Amino acid sequence: MIALYIILGILGILALLLIFGYNSLVRLVNQAKEAWADIDVQLKRRYDLIPNLVETVKGYATHESATLEQVTQARVQAMQAGTVADKAHSEDMLTGALKSLFAVSEAYPDLKANQNFLELQRELADTENKIQAARRFYNTTVRDLNTSIESFPSNFIAGMFKFGQREFFELEEGEVAARQPVSVKF
Amino acid sequence: MSLYRQQSSNIAKTWLLFGFFLSFLIALGWAVSYIYNDPGIMYLAIVLALAMNVLSYWFSDKLVLGMAGAKPANRKEYFDLYTTVENLSITAGLPMPKVYVIEDPAPNAFATGRNEKHAVVAVTTGLLKMLEKTELEGVIAHELAHIGNKDMLVSTIAVVMAGFASLLADFFLRASFFGGRDDDSRGNAIFAVVGFVLIMLAPVAAMMIQLAISRRREFLADATGALLTRYPEGLASALRKIGSYNAPVARASNATAHLYISNPFGAKALQGMHKLFMTHPPIEERIKALSSIKV
Repeated sequence: MIALYIILGILGILALLLIFGYNSLVRLVNQAKEAWADIDVQLKRRYDLIPNLVETVKGYATHESATLEQVTQARVQAMQAGTVADKAHSEDMLTGALKSLFAVSEAYPDLKANQNFLELQRELADTENKIQAARRFYNTTVRDLNTSIESFPSNFIAGMFKFGQREFFELEEGEVAARQPVSVKF
Repeated sequence: MSLYRQQSSNIAKTWLLFGFFLSFLIALGWAVSYIYNDPGIMYLAIVLALAMNVLSYWFSDKLVLGMAGAKPANRKEYFDLYTTVENLSITAGLPMPKVYVIEDPAPNAFATGRNEKHAVVAVTTGLLKMLEKTELEGVIAHELAHIGNKDMLVSTIAVVMAGFASLLADFFLRASFFGGRDDDSRGNAIFAVVGFVLIMLAPVAAMMIQLAISRRREFLADATGALLTRYPEGLASALRKIGSYNAPVARASNATAHLYISNPFGAKALQGMHKLFMTHPPIEERIKALSSIKV
């Protein structure tokens, strides 16, 4: 009789562990999904700002159609990117294109004095920071999820119910650049 | 020491302190009910202490702001401050707290609110003038860390416990003056003396533990904040600047002191005072801890 109770007790504890382990994995997956959606919100904000910027620059910098075209192209490409790695790559391209756009705009004093342009520049710099922030939070949630999938005993539960690891949203230039505080010179 | 390890060792130390505190209170409660044979007083003390502190915790976002004379910061006027808070809350995965600015030349900042959804971050105008962007980021990250670590709840629990200890002691001292013990056997007399000494020392000991928890949470918030910005040097340099400023915050009171990023009474206020009675660790120690963090 006592042996039966002990076995039942052990089974009960195992069932509880399974339930808690499964639920915590579900929570982590949903957190990572939500964090990914948060990045999208910020990226969308950037996509929305770019056409305005291109229009404003067009009015002043008439000889920079190549740079403008590059920005527009990079934006379209970034909007179509699907996987995490694709997205990271195309967003890097877009950031680079925007950087060269702001670099060439240095040569146009009228443009630099334009209130609308300054406002857009400030908003874009802020959006860039927000993308970094959302990316960092996403990576934190992915790290938590992946750690849980790899560590004992949740690795068994993860294997049983096919919980997969997620990809980090990484920058091409490497983490080192992202660790430095972003400074925007006007 | 890596950042994650420093953080978990901080958390462990905080809970150790709480454990001490709790067992201390249980011993105290036992002493009181043993010597003075009426548990009714104790219940009253518990209810009073709880009600007072839970209420002030629940309304902390409104209460403290009224005390410190703060006004809300809008995005246009305080663009850098507002966006810094916004961006770091995204990094931390916290909802955006309300941002307030306090008109005061002394550089300081604090966070309050009963939970993440009712959180408030307030900074003084002096702080905004004095700090660079990376330093401001360090300070805001520290405040958000307080919110994320639920330090308002932790300090409220600590204050409730400390208040409870002193109330108990108070009741006991009164009761013992008016008599009320029935038996005078020798064994009980020894217990009574031990209990009496314990109760005399209780309020001071309780306060010391409460402050120790407060200091531990400051270290923890520093470490968590550094994890958010990945740039401990920012907060370290901000602390150096804040530490070199001597005048106290105009409207700080003892009730709000533990909330600020550094002691609001000014660095000078600490001199001659014992380390055990500080709400914040000395700035040099915090900078040292920050510079030992490898990110």
